[in-house]
Amino acid sequence: MLSLLLNSNLGWVLLSTTTLGLAAGTIGCMAYWKRQNLMSDALSHAALPGVVLAFLLIGEKNLLFLIIGAACSALVGAFLIQWITSSSRISEDSAMGMVLAVFYGFGIMLLTIANRSAGGNQSGLDSFIYGQAASMVRSDVLTMMALALLVIFVIAIGFKEWKIFLFDQNFAKGIGLSLRGMNTIYTAVLVTTIVIGIQAVGVILMAAMLIIPAVSARYWSHSFKSMLILSSAFGGISGALGTLTSSWGSGWPTGPFIVVVAAGFFVISLVFGKEKGLLIQYIQLKIQQRQQQAKAVLKSEGVK
Amino acid sequence: MGNSIIKVEDLSASYRKNTVLEDISFEVEPGSLTAIVGPNGAGKSTLMKTMLDLHPLLTGNVTYFGLPFQKAKKRIGYVPQRGSVDWDFPTDALDVVTMGLYGKIGWLKRPSKKHRELAFEALKKMGMEDYANRQISQLSGGQQQRVFLARALVQQADLYFMDEPLAGVDAATERAIMATLKELNEIGKTVLVVHHDLQTVMDYFDHVLFLNRTIISHGKTNEIFTKENIAQTYGGNMRLIGGEFQHVVSTSE
Repeated sequence: MLSLLLNSNLGWVLLSTTTLGLAAGTIGCMAYWKRQNLMSDALSHAALPGVVLAFLLIGEKNLLFLIIGAACSALVGAFLIQWITSSSRISEDSAMGMVLAVFYGFGIMLLTIANRSAGGNQSGLDSFIYGQAASMVRSDVLTMMALALLVIFVIAIGFKEWKIFLFDQNFAKGIGLSLRGMNTIYTAVLVTTIVIGIQAVGVILMAAMLIIPAVSARYWSHSFKSMLILSSAFGGISGALGTLTSSWGSGWPTGPFIVVVAAGFFVISLVFGKEKGLLIQYIQLKIQQRQQQAKAVLKSEGVK
Repeated sequence: MGNSIIKVEDLSASYRKNTVLEDISFEVEPGSLTAIVGPNGAGKSTLMKTMLDLHPLLTGNVTYFGLPFQKAKKRIGYVPQRGSVDWDFPTDALDVVTMGLYGKIGWLKRPSKKHRELAFEALKKMGMEDYANRQISQLSGGQQQRVFLARALVQQADLYFMDEPLAGVDAATERAIMATLKELNEIGKTVLVVHHDLQTVMDYFDHVLFLNRTIISHGKTNEIFTKENIAQTYGGNMRLIGGEFQHVVSTSE
């Protein structure tokens, strides 16, 4: 009976990390072309204080409230990055580095306080650092899946608009697309993906879920559509395999396993990828070399 | 010029604390082909971007067909500088040209076969039909420029803005682009081009606008393309070699 329950819970958790991976792979592809990979890292770290504050305020671990808290503090982080960049001489990457570290440090500080408070010890808030998919209950899984599907839906329905927004913003504006609107939706979708992912993957490694599938997909695809689909697939499979592996031991964190699986896909893509993969580039070089050498031989024979 | 197609009144623009453009007022006749010329940093691209609402307007007013930009933008095509986008983006030439139809297709709808055929026709016009399915990262600079021009053509605008379409392209591409501009001009379209090569202004354009932070002179090429105006715009560093207007070379470079 117990094993059956455990198995069914694992099934739910698997489903949720897979959906999360799909959503993260898709939005990660957009972050890649917006050249905002570090931004997703900063935002996920910035979510931590919000999670703990939400817990301290409501006194229980309700995922929906924690997600709202996380989203608020990630957005504050995003706003700070933008504000620092535009109102001072500090460059964007420095601003992101600062916000990332300060918010994370503040989050850990709050976490220590929360853990000392009554009942805090059993709260399982620590799982937000490295991710603990197994600690999710049925309602958590449902919340997460619904939001992940929403993210995928938003990207799929405006595929053509996203493409022109990412490729040529000025032109997009010229034909009547609102850049402010697109940027707002983009940030909302990105933050949603990050905050639903932090319980399963953790704030430290969440950015990897966004970045690695996209760069892996880049080695295989020659169209934006195929890159999106592939990136999404890499994300989904990494989520599933990582969760499965981490379920072998009790209390193993999910995040690191998912990231290691994703990195495995990246290494395979880097070597065998058909677009500029290392192997294909080497073979092409060799073929060219042979051809030129053969030509040179023919020439020298002709001279004789 | 009561029938002018563009009317710019007292426009100014700046980058951070530097004023780049001041006191810009001019009108453009329908069906004209105008070159905007001036030295580096004269504000040529900024003028274009400000007129197209891509850069903030500090003062002044721009109207098209008697309407504000927001109401007229469907009738305006813009070809940005080639370097303004990332050509590594995973897509092919035909797809980029199809983007020119997105406004017509409507938001959230997919392009149909008919749209793709229109885009292919535009590519063909630019002599690029063999490259329709080529990755844009694998096109040469001139080919990329032709793709951009094809994307503008497919928009079927009445008024075109082009930012240095001839920069860094080979002779064949230059001919193809200029032939297209002439053709657009012949069917009554109005075209404004940021241009950097003074030698070809006389051959290619019927109007010229000398710009150096403000308008030095604007009018018909055969009336105002003079040594004095060139010298005033470029700060006296220009020398005319050979016959009058034949070869203009910047001695500052």
